[in-house]
Amino acid sequence: MSPRLSLGRLAVLAVLVALGAGCTVDPESAAEPAPLVAAAKPAYGDTYIDALLGDISSLIPTITSDGASHTVGGLIYSGLVRFDKNLVPEGDLAESWTFSPDCRRLTFRLRPNLTWHDGQPFTADDVVFTWRTIIDPKTPSPYKADYASVDSVEAEGPGVVHVNYREPYAKALTSWSTYMLPRHLLEPYVQEGRIREAPQNWNAPVGTGPYRFVSRRAGERIVLTANPDYWEGRPHLSRVVYRVIPSQATTFLELKAKGVDSAALTALQYQRQTDYPAFKRAYTKFRYPSNAYTYFGFNLKDPRFADRRVRQAFAHAINKRELIDGVILGLGREATGPYKPGTWAYTDKVKTYPYDMDRARRLLAEAGWERNAEGRLVKDGKPFTFEILTNQGNDERKKIAEIIQSQLHELGVGVEIRIIEWAALLKEYIRKRRFEAIVLGWGTGIDPDQFVIWHSSQQAPEQMNHIGYANPEADAALERGRAACVREERVKHYHRLQEILAEDQPIVFLYFRDALPVVSSRIHGIDPGPNGITFNFTKWFVPRPLHRYTAG
Amino acid sequence: MIHLAPGDPTELIGSEDPTTIQSLEQVRKLYGLDQPLPVQYWNWLKRVMLLDFGRSFQPDGRPVIDKIAERLPVTLLLNLIEMVIILLIAIPIGVRSATHQYSTFDKVTTLFVFIGFATPDFWLAVLLQILFGSQFGWPISGLRHPMWEYLPFWRQQWDFISHLILPVTVATFGGLAGFSRYMRQSMLEVIRQDYIQSARAKGLDERTVIGKHALRNALLPIVTILGLSLPGLIGGSVIVETIFAIPGMGQLMVQSVFARDYPVIMGNLVIVAALTLGANLVADLTYSAIDPRIRVSRRGRR
Repeated sequence: MSPRLSLGRLAVLAVLVALGAGCTVDPESAAEPAPLVAAAKPAYGDTYIDALLGDISSLIPTITSDGASHTVGGLIYSGLVRFDKNLVPEGDLAESWTFSPDCRRLTFRLRPNLTWHDGQPFTADDVVFTWRTIIDPKTPSPYKADYASVDSVEAEGPGVVHVNYREPYAKALTSWSTYMLPRHLLEPYVQEGRIREAPQNWNAPVGTGPYRFVSRRAGERIVLTANPDYWEGRPHLSRVVYRVIPSQATTFLELKAKGVDSAALTALQYQRQTDYPAFKRAYTKFRYPSNAYTYFGFNLKDPRFADRRVRQAFAHAINKRELIDGVILGLGREATGPYKPGTWAYTDKVKTYPYDMDRARRLLAEAGWERNAEGRLVKDGKPFTFEILTNQGNDERKKIAEIIQSQLHELGVGVEIRIIEWAALLKEYIRKRRFEAIVLGWGTGIDPDQFVIWHSSQQAPEQMNHIGYANPEADAALERGRAACVREERVKHYHRLQEILAEDQPIVFLYFRDALPVVSSRIHGIDPGPNGITFNFTKWFVPRPLHRYTAG
Repeated sequence: MIHLAPGDPTELIGSEDPTTIQSLEQVRKLYGLDQPLPVQYWNWLKRVMLLDFGRSFQPDGRPVIDKIAERLPVTLLLNLIEMVIILLIAIPIGVRSATHQYSTFDKVTTLFVFIGFATPDFWLAVLLQILFGSQFGWPISGLRHPMWEYLPFWRQQWDFISHLILPVTVATFGGLAGFSRYMRQSMLEVIRQDYIQSARAKGLDERTVIGKHALRNALLPIVTILGLSLPGLIGGSVIVETIFAIPGMGQLMVQSVFARDYPVIMGNLVIVAALTLGANLVADLTYSAIDPRIRVSRRGRR
């Protein structure tokens, strides 16, 4: 599992890595290590071995959206703010922060006496440098958009930073959880546009986080060691080894043989293959909704799908519960909109679409689709047939498409399924809008701002509203939610947005899949919450008698 | 060719993260992907002439040559061990089943060979991992123990070798089948030749006839196949490398293709092409070592 992920940025891989935040924890795990926890005393030492599905692509994660890089980088670097157990922002390198009354000036006060891993002091200049680096056109960072409305960043002495915004920006605070970069090492590389070539990006990263980099072997492993000068005190686990294991099946075998201390399970492994006493003794299983949902989407420029009744009919025709049971063995939660149940922006007071074939048929009839003699739906002499696209390598989505195919078949709608490699799907079909329907997923960041997904202005080829959704009311809610910086006010707008989306069903929201991590039971101090398990990684420890790797 | 595949490296940066797509255009320009294809290719050719393969498009931005250099040794090592073991086992098996055609030994090895042919790599790999790894505590994957840095020197070497046993076994198993068949076939042809008859007629004992006269001639086609199969072995190690988590060339190639990391793909192809040429050269030299006539006839023509 990845310690203290910056969830906002990790949305991409949430689906793959199956990590994330949530509210409920599997009762099994909550009850399990109770007797030991009470007795165990925090101790320093031991090595924690984690598995990565792919090698990291960068040790300056600011320039990549690759999940593994953020997992490792999250231990080496730290930001001004971070998110606690309940996803509430708290000071990391910053001691405190204040917004000006008009929300356009954000002031951070940094903790005193912070140092980089090489002993140099961390100051406000580094914050300004980090911002300059990200917005520099020569830096290939995928996070530039987060700072688009920043007018300037000023350092006032070594310990105070002011950020001035051109307009109020709701994600302002979240965006400053970005990893701080060392000016004294990176400045020349950034100026020449060669940040990727800096040694800090390959084998000498210097951060302010709880772990220091020790060594790496490409494609094989990364070794970190506890930072004794970390501002919160030295982390308990003294060494962290990330092993790169590209096959999930191998990772699972390694887990059983105790070659790794943690792994994300598949639904099948969680339900059927880990339910024996030896495994339960060796590992603690966790379960909470991940930060990503799967959806069945339509090209709304297609006249058939532009009719809301058709989309609502499809929503009624899909039995979400059965889908979750069939595809991920029940380890997921039905989605009613784009927000995860349990987060502050979420509301369940929206229109829902219970499984009801009769209503689906009626809605389609209202929309002018009639059943012909063969039982197929026709309108103006044309039968209702379309193609669902989804990406290769994701068995879950393939199964979903097949279930939808059979359920819509009952309505008399013909569905074909086509599975296309990811890069090709994006470039040739999604970007060019050459699709009728899709089964894909969206990551949900920490902040509820989803302007780029739903706003009608975001329909250019490179932009994310590829379904072509346009609703002035939704636009208004998105704009207002983005411009307000007080949470109480934003909630109203996002609740309204969810009502509109539930009514419109621009896509059929299917489910939030559960993240299913397991961690070796010798590790104590895990405190699962809406932010997952890894946010307090520095507090994890192994009681002295249970230490497994003593040489470190 | 690679550019015929849709998608480019920047496509993959954004994927499903709503925050990132807006920056793609800038990134594309940075990597020179906005240039026309012939221009991109010409730039690449110019650099390769100077042995500069460029830098990876991945965020690590490392020189392609470094990326390949750190992965080539383990792949070559695996393949060399594999080849040696295959030859050491396949040649005796092939010879014996040819000289004792239709004997029990021949039938048993034939059966074994077909099982070997029919067994999928990945299936055998997982079976061995479960049997030896989970049951007997052998290393399941990777190349080194997590505490490798703290082991004494000789333990480090043993640890490394013990990690190689399962992957080498799996990689050998399939190849063994093919080579022992080729060997049998080639031997069968040779022992029917007249010169074997005359060797026997000369009164040479069977061991010299088979071991010297027949074997040398029968080995020639094997050498050819060996030379040709090297690039295939490197490419074919992807499955073994992925299942056993070995960071080799196969993995690098597959990952680069999925990431549309053109410089690494091109660099890889150049290296594999060079290896193929090298292997063929070695095969040609081996011919002359095995069969002196090849040398003699060339001199004679001069």
